Amino acid sequence: MRPELAQIWDWLDAVPDPEIPVISVVDLGIVRDVAWHGDMLEIAVTPTYSGCPATSVIAMDIETALRNRGVSDIRIKTQIAPAWTTDWLSEKGRAKLVEYGIAPPRAAGGPESCPRCGSKSVSKVSQFGSTPCKAHWRCGDCLEPFDYFKCI
Amino acid sequence: MDQQTATFEFLCRMGDNTLVLGHRVSEWCGKAPVLEEDIALANVALDLIGQTQMWLGLAAEVEGAGRTADDLAMLRDVWDFRSALLVEQPNGDFGQTLMRQYLFDQWHVAVLTALMESADPRVADIAAKSVKEARYHVERSADLVIRLGDGTEESHGRMQAALDKLWPFFGELFDDDPVDAAMAEAGIAPLPSGLRADVDQEVAAVMAQATLVIPADRFAHRGGKTGIRHSEHLGHMLTQMQWLQRAYPGATW
Repeated sequence: MRPELAQIWDWLDAVPDPEIPVISVVDLGIVRDVAWHGDMLEIAVTPTYSGCPATSVIAMDIETALRNRGVSDIRIKTQIAPAWTTDWLSEKGRAKLVEYGIAPPRAAGGPESCPRCGSKSVSKVSQFGSTPCKAHWRCGDCLEPFDYFKCI
Repeated sequence: MDQQTATFEFLCRMGDNTLVLGHRVSEWCGKAPVLEEDIALANVALDLIGQTQMWLGLAAEVEGAGRTADDLAMLRDVWDFRSALLVEQPNGDFGQTLMRQYLFDQWHVAVLTALMESADPRVADIAAKSVKEARYHVERSADLVIRLGDGTEESHGRMQAALDKLWPFFGELFDDDPVDAAMAEAGIAPLPSGLRADVDQEVAAVMAQATLVIPADRFAHRGGKTGIRHSEHLGHMLTQMQWLQRAYPGATW
């Protein structure tokens, strides 16, 4: 059985990121390529940050999801070039981040507004946060702290 | 020296620098001055260890002796490490840790930027990936050096003491030797000495804002990147870092 690639992409889009489960690995932009080589399915995955501990969990989750769909001959290839950029986050993913309380990345280097109350009065607490891909900010109006998805 | 040996040496230098500094920085985990800095230090350490996996992974591939990145990291002894003396220096206080980080980051961004043009695409790819993280690191470390240097009398004094202590370890990063010559010849890596002028300019600008005085003496301690004479600190660090693999060879999660 060799399911269509579009079908594979749909399945992958249902695999959540282990640390930000509201977005999928496809939303995150880390699945770079999916291709059949004979009966073997090769999936190219790129790490977000080089030391991100979620990387190996993601590979395992992808493999499990596809095995559950009946694809058994799978090879996951780690591909570091071109280097991952937050430009690859999908529009759907960005919207889901906001809904979840995480401000999406912006080229300007900081969040546009508080993901909770929408206030533009925001300030940086720390350049780093709870995972390698996030920084720690706070809102000047609702006073809540929030995560900002670092722009790289 | 043949090119394979020189390339292996060069890759070990890149990977050992990030490994040793990554381990040093991780020693702060759970005991940094404030929670935000604890998290920042742990994240920087994580990036550096991630970069180590790429550099030492490629080193092992180039060596072709069946060793892995883990073997190189966990089963070599002090004399086989090729990290610069700067990164093995103990953490000291938070100011000293930050100063060491800043000096390293400024050099790191320069060398990685140059390596993006490497004739070896594997090296260029790792550099392109790493430089994004290094640029993010230097933003924070420069910012904190400025804020602490141009801070209270106490913080200023500590930052000046840190700079005075670490400055003699900075020069080694820009030393050229036969490995560097072979790399430059092959177009794989730039000559370290060629990076100095630009890095010096950046460092001078940051130190001026931090109201810190760069020591006039350009004396540099040497022996880390060649492995000839590491300081006593590296061996002590390895007893901690490599303990598990030494006590339980081949242990896995």
